[in-house]
This record gives sequence, structure tokens and C-alpha cells, in this order.
Amino acid sequence: MLAIIGTVPDDSVPVLVGPADLDGDTIVVQGRRFAVNRGTPALLAAAIAAGRVLGQPPPIAYLVGDIGRGDGSRRLYAHLSDHIAGTDHEVLVFHYLQPDVDWHNRVLFAVEEMATRPILIADAGFMYVAKMSGQAEAYDLFTPDIGELSFLADEQAPHPFYTRGFILHMADRAPEMIAMAYRHQNAARHLLVKGRRDYVADATGIRVTIDAPDVPNLEPIGGTGDTVTGIAAALAHQGMPIAAAAEAAARINRMAGQAANPTPATQVTNIIARIGRAVERVLPAVV
Amino acid sequence: MTLLARLKKVFAPSATGPETAARMDRGFLVFENTSEVIQAENLLKAAGWPVQVMGPPPEIQRGCDLVIAFPLIERLNISRLLEASGFTPLETVPVTGPLLQPVDLFQTTDYGDWLMIRAANMKICIAKATRTIVNISGGGCPDVPYLAAMLVGKTLEEAPSPRALGHTLCGYALQLAYEELVRQCSPS
Repeated sequence: MLAIIGTVPDDSVPVLVGPADLDGDTIVVQGRRFAVNRGTPALLAAAIAAGRVLGQPPPIAYLVGDIGRGDGSRRLYAHLSDHIAGTDHEVLVFHYLQPDVDWHNRVLFAVEEMATRPILIADAGFMYVAKMSGQAEAYDLFTPDIGELSFLADEQAPHPFYTRGFILHMADRAPEMIAMAYRHQNAARHLLVKGRRDYVADATGIRVTIDAPDVPNLEPIGGTGDTVTGIAAALAHQGMPIAAAAEAAARINRMAGQAANPTPATQVTNIIARIGRAVERVLPAVV
Repeated sequence: MTLLARLKKVFAPSATGPETAARMDRGFLVFENTSEVIQAENLLKAAGWPVQVMGPPPEIQRGCDLVIAFPLIERLNISRLLEASGFTPLETVPVTGPLLQPVDLFQTTDYGDWLMIRAANMKICIAKATRTIVNISGGGCPDVPYLAAMLVGKTLEEAPSPRALGHTLCGYALQLAYEELVRQCSPS
């Protein structure tokens, strides 16, 4: 089972655990509905859209309300540290959670107690805290954008907000930043770097570069990075090797984006609606 | 990595490894004098923040001989509370890098009818003709989707500033991008 863990921007939402459904432009978990704008609902929607074409059951969502105060995230961290060891999830995706090193380590210890180690994917705040904790190498896939790659490359930065200027100036030198991230043990086993060019990399260097179709208008659209991660998670859950799943996810997201003919004002729901068809085109042998 | 190996990695003594990692999500608030430190500590503890008064590291050259350690990620929220109470710190710095400064490099992308500014991990995009915020992307803290919901669809004149609603360093990065956007869109 694929499990996706994150937050929604409504601090009245308690910890919710259950299968996630995509109904039009909303995610439904335990009868609660959440708009798919960006963030974890967008990641969930993309994973569901890809998973439907692949014949997968709906992912299990672990959601909580948090608007940045961190209280909801801490409730979800506590739930995970108490319960995740007893689950049989095969892929865990950690997403928008308030970075907290102590809670991160408790959750990671609980994951280590699972009977079968799952594939671990981290993006957004949980990727930040995985690096901050010095435990990045425990993860199978990080999915940073260029700004976040700068943060991974800077061994001193506790958050992208403090990335040093000389590294920020390297934004067009992603291969060097990828090497720096691995040199300082601040990268997962695989990286999918999302940007004008997407890179799939590991400790040996860049394995694949994806730059087509070129859709520059995708970058400003909130949620397009989340959808890449969601697609990669669905493909990894399908059994594809991590690097192949990351590469295909990048191609599928670009193709879905191109089909939406976006402007910088387009909303991510228009792209998610085209993911299923893009999966069929990129992976005809799998669907 | 096995559980035992991970435990060793987390708890083994090291000058730059786990001990540093354990403090990486903390920041220091530096004040002019100890009276301000004590009052700020009381204020933050009363508000439920896990803060701790301690001696400053040698890199901090300003302020008194006490600092307050606090959850760095929630810098924006804590700064707002302190400033509203008249206790603006001299400096706010990461525990593991007191000399690190907030990002001051902005990337501007002109999409013709739209303009996007990136600061660190946050991006904000407006329609030039209407000055309407059309998208916010990037970031990883939970206030980013909240801020996007509050700002997208509003003009620069209508929208609250990220500083007013955000709580985290991602919110702070968005504030910097927003300020740069306002600066670039102001009549010269």
C-alpha cells in the first residue's frame, strides 16, 4: 500500500487516516473534503490519477490541519511514531510537515521497526528536516526544486532561508550542487531535481536529464512540484525501480503540463486532469 | 541502515555530526540587555513556546551575555509576537550558524504578461496588467498552502502581506519575495 503523509491548511482538521479519493477537484478522506490547490492534496491527487490508470487501489492518506504553527504537525508526528511500525505500507511519502528534528527522528525509528522496510520518499518540509537531522541517507528519494537543491548542497544551512549566497549563485550549475549534496551526505539515495531541466541523480552523479517537452510556464504554478512527487510515488508503488520511476514521473508531469497549454496563471487542477492520459503515453507497456 | 546503526548515528558524539543536527532546528534571539531577555522569555513561555535561556556563542558579538534558544522554523510567528510586545531582538540567528544571513538574492523571471520572483525556496507570480497574485509555489512548511489560499486571486493592494499571516521561515522567504515584487512593480 502507498501511504501519503502531510498537512492541509485548515487548523480545525484532526489527524485523519484512511483511503483517499479524488472527486473532481477535491480530495476526500474520512468524509472530509479538501480542495486540490497545491501541497499535500495536490500530491495525493496526482498519485491517485496515476494510480487509477495503473490499476492501483487508492493511497492511504495521513492528514492533519496545520497553518504553520506546527501544532497539527506534532500531532501527526506523534500518531506516526505510535502507529506506523504496525503497518505494512510498501511506500511512504512524507510531505508538508513542520520541520522538527526530534519528532523526525522518532518517526524514523518507528519506520525502522516495520516488519518490511518501505520505500521512503520525502519532499517539502519533511525533506528539510531529514537533511537537518543528518538522516538524509535513510531515504530512497528526495524531490527538490532548484532552490531546495541549493539548501541540500549547503551543509551549513538549517533551512533554504539561510542558504549562502555563493551557493544560490550556482542555480544554473545543478550538477555541481548535486555533487555537493552527496559529498556532505545531505541527499537521499536518489534525487529527482525539478526545474527547467529535471535531473535524476544518485551518489555516482546524474543518471538522466529530462528537458522535453519544455514547458517554462509550469514553474510558477503552485503544486506542479507536488504532482511530480505524487506520480513518482505511484510508479514506485507499481514496482518500478526508483530512478526509472523518477524519470518517468518527470516526463509524465511535463506531458500533462504541455497538454494543459498553461499560462503562469493556470492552476494545478488543470494539469492533474491530464496525468492519466500522460501516463498512458509515457508508459504504454505498463498500463 | 539498521535500527542499531541509525541509533549510533544519532547518538554518537561528534563535533559536526549528530550534535549539530540535533540543534539545527533551533535559533538564538539576541537582546540588548538581560532585562529584555527575561521579559521575552516569560512572554514566549506564557505563549507555550519551548524556549531556553543560555550563554551566547563567541560568534555573536552584539547584545548581552544571555540569549534565548527557540524553534528556528517558527521565526516569523515568534518575531511577530515579540515585536507586538515591544521586544524586538537585535539579532535572530541559527544556533548552528550564527553568522548565516537570510537570503538576499532574488531571481526574476519575466513571462510577458506575468512576472515571477523567487527568494530561496519561494516563488510568487503576478499578472502585470492587474497586479493580481496568480500563483505561489515552492516552500515546504505548512503555512505555504495557507498563505497561497489567502493571497492568490488578490491584487497587491488587497492582499495581506505574508509577514502578517505566515509563521515559518518559508513564510518569511515568501515575504522577501513579496517585498521584492512590490519594489519592482512600484513606479520608479
